[in-house]
Amino acid sequence: MSKNNKSLFQKELVREALTQSFVKLNPKIMFRNPVMFTVWIGTLVMLIVSLWTLFGAEGQGSFMYNFVVFVVLFKTLVFANFAEAIAEARGKAQADSLRKTREETPAKLKNGKTISSAQLQKGDVFVCEAGDIIPSDGEIIEGLATIDESAITGESAPVIREAGGDKSSVTGGTKVLSDRIMVQVSTQPGESFLDKMIALVEGASRQKTPNEIALTILLAGFTLVFIIVCVTLKPFADYANVSITIASFIALFVCLIPTTIGGLLSAIGIAGMDRALRANVITKSGKAVETAGDIDVLLLDKTGTITIGNRKATHFHPANGIEEKRLIKAVVLSSMADETPEGKSIIELAGINPLSYIVKDPKFIKFTAETRSSGIDYENIRIRKGATDAIKNLVIEAGNPFPREVEETVKAISQNGGTPLVVSENEVALGVIELQDIIKPGIQERFERLRKMGIKTVMVTGDNPLTAKFIAEKAGVDDFIAEAKPEDKMNYIKKEQAEGRLVAMMGDGTNDAPALAQADVGVAMNSGTQAAKEAGNMVDLDNDPTKLIEVVEIGKQLLMTRGTLTTFSIANDVAKYFAIIPALFITAIPALQGLNIMRLHSPESAILSAVIFNAIIIPLLIPLALKGVAYKPIGASALLRRNLFIYGLGGVLIPFVGIKLIDMVVSVFF
Amino acid sequence: MNTEILGIIVMFSLSVLLAIPFGKYIAKVYGGEKTLLDPIFNPFERLFYKVSGINSQTEMNWKQQMVALLTINMVWFLLGMLILMTQGSLPLNPDKNPSMSAYLAFNTVISFVVNCNLQHYSGETGLSYIGQYWLMFLQFVSAGTGMAAAVVLFRAFRDKSTADLGNFYNHFVKSCTRILLPVSLIVAVVLLFEGTPMTFEGKDSITTLEGDVQEVSRGPAAAFIPIKHVGTNGGGFYGVNSAHPFENPSYLTNMVEMVAQLIVPLAMVFAFGYFICRRKLSWMIFSVMTVGFLMLTIPNINMEMNGNPAIAQMGIDNTLGAMEGKESRLGAPASGFWSIVTTVISTGSVNSMHDSSMPLSGMNELLAMMINAFYGGVGVGMLNFFVFVILAVFISGLMVGRTPEFLGKKVEAREMKIAMVIALLHPFLILVGTALSAALPQYTMETLNNPSFHGLSEMLYENTSSAANNGSGFEGLGDDTIWWNISTGFILILGRFLPIIGPIAIAGLLAQKRYIPEGDGTLKTDTATFGLMVFAVIAIVAALAFFPVLTLGPIAEYFSLY
Repeated sequence: MSKNNKSLFQKELVREALTQSFVKLNPKIMFRNPVMFTVWIGTLVMLIVSLWTLFGAEGQGSFMYNFVVFVVLFKTLVFANFAEAIAEARGKAQADSLRKTREETPAKLKNGKTISSAQLQKGDVFVCEAGDIIPSDGEIIEGLATIDESAITGESAPVIREAGGDKSSVTGGTKVLSDRIMVQVSTQPGESFLDKMIALVEGASRQKTPNEIALTILLAGFTLVFIIVCVTLKPFADYANVSITIASFIALFVCLIPTTIGGLLSAIGIAGMDRALRANVITKSGKAVETAGDIDVLLLDKTGTITIGNRKATHFHPANGIEEKRLIKAVVLSSMADETPEGKSIIELAGINPLSYIVKDPKFIKFTAETRSSGIDYENIRIRKGATDAIKNLVIEAGNPFPREVEETVKAISQNGGTPLVVSENEVALGVIELQDIIKPGIQERFERLRKMGIKTVMVTGDNPLTAKFIAEKAGVDDFIAEAKPEDKMNYIKKEQAEGRLVAMMGDGTNDAPALAQADVGVAMNSGTQAAKEAGNMVDLDNDPTKLIEVVEIGKQLLMTRGTLTTFSIANDVAKYFAIIPALFITAIPALQGLNIMRLHSPESAILSAVIFNAIIIPLLIPLALKGVAYKPIGASALLRRNLFIYGLGGVLIPFVGIKLIDMVVSVFF
Repeated sequence: MNTEILGIIVMFSLSVLLAIPFGKYIAKVYGGEKTLLDPIFNPFERLFYKVSGINSQTEMNWKQQMVALLTINMVWFLLGMLILMTQGSLPLNPDKNPSMSAYLAFNTVISFVVNCNLQHYSGETGLSYIGQYWLMFLQFVSAGTGMAAAVVLFRAFRDKSTADLGNFYNHFVKSCTRILLPVSLIVAVVLLFEGTPMTFEGKDSITTLEGDVQEVSRGPAAAFIPIKHVGTNGGGFYGVNSAHPFENPSYLTNMVEMVAQLIVPLAMVFAFGYFICRRKLSWMIFSVMTVGFLMLTIPNINMEMNGNPAIAQMGIDNTLGAMEGKESRLGAPASGFWSIVTTVISTGSVNSMHDSSMPLSGMNELLAMMINAFYGGVGVGMLNFFVFVILAVFISGLMVGRTPEFLGKKVEAREMKIAMVIALLHPFLILVGTALSAALPQYTMETLNNPSFHGLSEMLYENTSSAANNGSGFEGLGDDTIWWNISTGFILILGRFLPIIGPIAIAGLLAQKRYIPEGDGTLKTDTATFGLMVFAVIAIVAALAFFPVLTLGPIAEYFSLY
């Protein structure tokens, strides 16, 4: 993620966003945002009033004053548009940098012709050899290759992709390092996930998410309340013989309606997708990000997510009457030629260099599926290590007893989530090697964090229930599915959903596709099959199974940013009222000076200060809207308290200070 | 401690202490459990259902309940129009009071049907005893309507996921017979002993010490007055309501009437908790309401006790407080307390003239009705509060990073739309109603008792009282005119039925949704933090919309006075 951490406002992005913020002044575009559209109308009215005063209208204040109000309102619009534009520009820039890698690469077709990647159609088959850049997303139909995906994922270690199975997808822009593959193009040009995501960011196909719609209703409601307040103020003022200028009415209205959140709302949504993209997750809709924040249950594969892929030896248990030294010697010798990670871990645990033993005429016995054991023969010694029943058979056939305590150790190891390997020398059981799954460092803390967020974690594994239970407890997951078949995942998801919970899962294989589609948030690994990628609603370019946790936090941040800025925006109104209301009436009813608790200089300066504060708070909050409010898993009530304190109380107090400061400057002129 | 203050503390604490067990009893009644009164009322109810052909056991969804509610209200309205417009020629009219004009009858019947009781007439001269009896009946059934509506809300959150929300008729009848009637009976007995008349004889005449002959109105007042409070109706038997010595003869009756109007709205809050087995939630709601209530009450009592500086400047002794428009047997503090109780809970009965309250006391009375959810009227108070809860749930849900949910149900665009319309409706009715009154001086100027800021307050009060279905008045306003009868009549209808239908629709929609079990990430709604959030939403929504008009009314008056 860090490689994408560029500064929030890059020069070229700002320039593009600035242009866009003027283009977006088009009423057809403004209309989509009811709050800002009313400001747009207000601005237009102020323009007309300014011109009117220029040509001698009476009782509306000076031309300068009206014109300044107009300019500030215009700025408010531009700032709000700028927020949306800069969010779009950043999203686009991020997507473009991913897309650039795959532009205009020559593609060698099966028949030997070479065409440009842009001309590739879905279904075409091309050939890539070592050194070639893969011209388009596709599925390997023949061959195997090591591929450098660092252009997309930033991960330098090459990965293996091969035809058939779950690792058959290749991504355009990545580089083949060895071998030769035949790839079938999986998408039409311009229809890849990335293209779809760019379209989403650009706004052409961006739809409001359900939560955004509900929030827009709330904001439109507040806007309507203040339309009523401002319109009815006219007869009240007439009754009290107070004359209020058009500029004051419009200023009051614009200050009261929730322009801060109204102006930043779409920027927040785009920034959410953008943050997902920065985490190398392509989202297929804004809704998916939002749903991620609501996830109750997380389905995680054991291998690769919770445990490091391989088991490691952790203990040697000698049988009764056998010296540990003797067991270790046997163990080390038997593992001398064992190239598997487990074998290496045994020698590592023993801490003895196998070459320090002197063995004559060694003969290494390889592991086979029939014997289910491996070992070494030297001189007249035969050492074997292997699965319990395999060694047990060996021992008993030779007429030796299989010690009871060995049997017990074996059982205990299984119960503790480990895998036992029994070692024999000349058909006498010497003891047991305990292999354990190694839980990823730091994973417990992550699950603890998830638990605090209120999310239930479920481990999915092919292990037997005993082992699964042990690992589940050790890693701190809440539940597990043992001996899992693909349909078990599906059933689990359906069961949780029937109880009203939202489920997220990550998958890569074709057989994961139905479950990915069923889950509320399905993250497909980019290395996965096309079917899996089509089924899910997000694609993770890093193929990192722990990414789900980040996705959930991005979703929560998105919702929180909306909530806190709404609160801030509405809380601001208290101070704005105390600035504008006395200003409206003070000339006619001097007694109301008592309400001017900020001691603002004059009615004009008070109104201008409120409008200016209202305008500049938007750009000041753009960084927060883009980065999102920090999520802290401290429990919902504590989080609400914290945010209510910062954004609610802060929202009440900050404008008092801000407006007073602006008034001190403005009072020089008005 | 000042005995007058002590009296207020006793009144309020007694109400709360009684409301808790009474809430448990109400939950039992609506839960269909056996109660002590079953043997007395069951035979009557069975007969009633048999005659009317209603099956009181059929489960209804929220729409069917609303249809039933609106239908019976319509029938009462039509019957009421008929009776009030012909009462002059009907029996039980010893004082020979005339029939009402169509405009006045329209306003009167509407306002009693909607539990508002905005009285643009005086009972002594405006109604026959048949008319009074019909209005007494309406006070029962309009309270029962509000309570039966609240039960739909209760039911919506009791079961995990359902469209069946009980039977409207069953809840309605039980509200009247098991809750309103017994409490009213107790209050009536106290009133009788304290001297409230209960007779069908007409006016009596006495010769005063000065030798003049004075006519004194009587009537079946002791039966009428209890339900006025127990049902939070507020429609008085006599013109000056509970300031009248027959309607509120002593400090004791003042206390009893106070407790009587507080008990059911308070008990409904606790009943909700008992009914859905979330008592802590009830305490959250109760606390928010009480904090709001106290924030309005304490300054009011204080201001009324301190008296009016303008009067003090004239050299008149002001130590008893601002006594203009108050009864000396009740005193300034008890009147200040009553003025807020009656406005927060939509009773609208008065024991002092609110028109004479200190400017900011008047503002607090207005705010109480503008918010209309600190306790609120029987049943409907809970519904109003529920709308604020939905708004608070939405914003705070977002603030903790979850799409909002309340009691395991997701709050989505549709519910937000309804909640927002209802939240908008109240300021809309009040502000637009008042604006029209201010903009049409040809209809209103002559009805105002005061010019300037106070005149605006009078118009604002009348519209607020109508929209909040409160019924109290800034009695300076001469309100029996075609303009006030018709304009407030429509505000009454809209201000009553939409705020019932809206929350019930939200509850009905939520009830049908999938239940989401509570997790650690779920925002608990029965906590002090969430209570603070609801309070902030109420304060901001109410204060924001009304601040400008209050500035031109009571606030301007206040700054001119001090």
